[in-house]
Amino acid sequence: MKIDQSQPLEYSTQQNQMNILGFWIFLGAEIMLFGTLFASYFTLENGIGNGPSGAEIFEITPVLMETIILLTSSFTIGLAIHAMRIQNKKATLAFLAITLLLGLSFLGLEIYEFIHYYHEGATLQTSAFTAILLTTLGTHGAHVTFGLFWGLFIFLQIKKRGFTPETSNKSFIFSLYWHFLDVVWIFIFSFIYLKGMM
Amino acid sequence: MEFFERFAIPHPSPLIYASMVAIGLVMLAIVFGLTYFKKWGYLWREWLTTVDHKRIGIMYMISAILMLFRGGADAVMMRLQTAVPDNTFLDAQHYNEVFTTHGVVMIIFMAMAFIIGMMNFVVPLQIGARDVAFPRLNAISFWLYFAGAMLFNISFVIGGSPDAGWTNYFPLAGTDFSETVGVNYYMWALQISGLGTLMTGINFIVTIFKMRAPGMTLMKMPMFTWSALITNVIIVFAFPVLTIALLMGTFDRQFGTHFFASTNGGMDMLWANLFWVWGHPEVYILILPAFGVYSEVIATFSQRNLYGYKSMVGSMVLISFMSFLVWVHHFFTMGHGALVNGIFSITTMAIAVPTGIKIFNWLLTMWKGKIRFTVPMLYSIGFIPLFTIGGVTGVMLAIASADYQYHNTMFLVAHFHNVIIPGVVFAMLAGLTYWWPKMFGFMLNERIGKWGFWFLSIGFCLAFFPMYITGLDGQARRMYTYSEETGFGPLNMLSFFGAGLMAIAFILIVYNVYYSFRYAPRNVGQDPWNARSLEWATQTPVPEYNFAVTPVVNSSEAYWDSKKNGHQLFKDKISKIHMPNNSGLPIIMAGFFFIFGFSFVFSIWVGVILSALGIFGCMAYRTFENDHGRYISEEEIHETEKNFGGAKE
Repeated sequence: MKIDQSQPLEYSTQQNQMNILGFWIFLGAEIMLFGTLFASYFTLENGIGNGPSGAEIFEITPVLMETIILLTSSFTIGLAIHAMRIQNKKATLAFLAITLLLGLSFLGLEIYEFIHYYHEGATLQTSAFTAILLTTLGTHGAHVTFGLFWGLFIFLQIKKRGFTPETSNKSFIFSLYWHFLDVVWIFIFSFIYLKGMM
Repeated sequence: MEFFERFAIPHPSPLIYASMVAIGLVMLAIVFGLTYFKKWGYLWREWLTTVDHKRIGIMYMISAILMLFRGGADAVMMRLQTAVPDNTFLDAQHYNEVFTTHGVVMIIFMAMAFIIGMMNFVVPLQIGARDVAFPRLNAISFWLYFAGAMLFNISFVIGGSPDAGWTNYFPLAGTDFSETVGVNYYMWALQISGLGTLMTGINFIVTIFKMRAPGMTLMKMPMFTWSALITNVIIVFAFPVLTIALLMGTFDRQFGTHFFASTNGGMDMLWANLFWVWGHPEVYILILPAFGVYSEVIATFSQRNLYGYKSMVGSMVLISFMSFLVWVHHFFTMGHGALVNGIFSITTMAIAVPTGIKIFNWLLTMWKGKIRFTVPMLYSIGFIPLFTIGGVTGVMLAIASADYQYHNTMFLVAHFHNVIIPGVVFAMLAGLTYWWPKMFGFMLNERIGKWGFWFLSIGFCLAFFPMYITGLDGQARRMYTYSEETGFGPLNMLSFFGAGLMAIAFILIVYNVYYSFRYAPRNVGQDPWNARSLEWATQTPVPEYNFAVTPVVNSSEAYWDSKKNGHQLFKDKISKIHMPNNSGLPIIMAGFFFIFGFSFVFSIWVGVILSALGIFGCMAYRTFENDHGRYISEEEIHETEKNFGGAKE
């Protein structure tokens, strides 16, 4: 395996470069995935049947907290990658841990939000609107959950193995994934919550 | 006992029981045979755990041919049922199941597998690479496809087949009208194999962008590789739409949501739209690699370089873009209004233009060429007129107002078979015959192959051209029978006769494999067709590392240049080669996916949770695994090359 010293560690081998390109393409597919969910959401938004509408069930406080938490975590994962670039293992691990804890609290709030919807009588079966709302939020939430485990595993690997071409490549790709989830959330926040509450 | 009742077939018949027995016997025979000949270890080490793109490609193609016969049996049953008026061979429910599984098997599990298999085998060789970018992921793709295919195929002996058509329109596919678990099978089989396809898409885009031989710029890639690149771009953007549509469909059927229901705010047309936003690009996913195969075959056997390289590339890019802009033409009659129908009518007709450019390019490639009428070339020459007829009837269907007459008639059935069979199936048979010596080291018999071609072509014309006429006369598709007064009888009988000829053709093609395996000479050399692109520049059969020395390229037909113009392909010395290790993880993971799908179909939640844990466990194992591959030493390469007849340095 040839290691190119002029590149950052995560780009240093041909395989690493291919992994990163492959992941960008995967994110392209993810954009289509969430794009389809959004298109379906806009189609079914008014299909509330006998159930509640968005304006009736959305609560700004938890949603705003979720948004701030997730945006902050996107910032801290950026700091983690920066620390990785300057080969500071301790800082990388710390920022990665903060990111994951923020992700966990985001998830906790989202679960609280889902319980709230349940008590308001907005379940999967209530109407097409509630179904697509919960599916879209749930798909994002499932991605975050997956990311938490993934991030945890990478944390353990950096701790054990230090910065190798593999671990730094994985961390970098994980950061792309995490930023992407943040971007999706911004769309959810703007086009589902804010639009729904107007 | 109550637990087991759900697995019973809801609508049994002697045919299904007979297939059950046959499946059981074949599986017993395979297990017995493998044990008797002590081949389990060989099978596991060399094939089931392989990450070699060539072997994965061959496994894809073997599966595709098996699925071809499975789907073909459905086709013959349909033609037999409709051969005479008021036939009672199949009842309405069985006929529904048969046309549904025919469509799904042929599109998803036959044609897709065939093109992906061919891309797997050919693309890394054509670009001078050692393997694909992510060999392990490639194995996962294959095994996910295989798990999906098996899941789909056990439906008809456990729990019942899907019966809502391959398009699976809601509300017909909802639990109100499709009460068995059949449609659940459809959802999960497509979901699992679709995941595999998406990964293939990512894998090949990266392979083609990052692993080309030195000197091979994008505009010097062989045309089949170009078609593969564009196809995989379409895959990456189309398949996530299907993922979501299937997820929503599953929720509707199993969790009582109302996405596609007509109550509680649902919208049944949303399914049709999502399905075809994936489905129309899907037909171009099938046809573009076929175009790539024809480009290779026609150039080789006309002994001329491909006419209009740039326009070939440009038209494919245009087709891939437009393939996302035509989906509404599948349901003009759903009542969108004149403006929407008009727009999609025009985009649909416009897509015929780049396709037409390609047809003329192939004709001009042949013009003044020294044509050799081999089997691959016969398929390619047969393709041009037959496909053009299919294309022209497609433009007829694109006229929205006239489509109200054609919609859901046999005319449509004739049209899409007219593009898929001479388009995709001919291409796959041409490509299989063309690359066969590269895969196995001997040629397929030309004489039997030509018989196969003529049976297939004539059978095709007899089977499908009558449908244009009965369709215009008003015979609806998917109707299990018709009365004698309609007068559809004689033409349908002719169709059945044609289907019989096609069945003979496929049997001949398989017999040809057996015959050539026994009698064909083995010393065919590395370039039996006098071909033009890089895959012919290495040994036959191809060693696991593909090229002992990475070739250096300076044109789109580098190998031809090396033969005719003295271009030196191999400049470096042999040095050790890095290769990936085999792994059992992909097949184990696909096994978990299979259990996951099966449990989900029957709502057995314990199985769903356990198998999901298994899937994530495999992923966790992979992330902690330390696998840096292995090196093949210089001596070993020298040894291998010598056995093939001399190293090239």
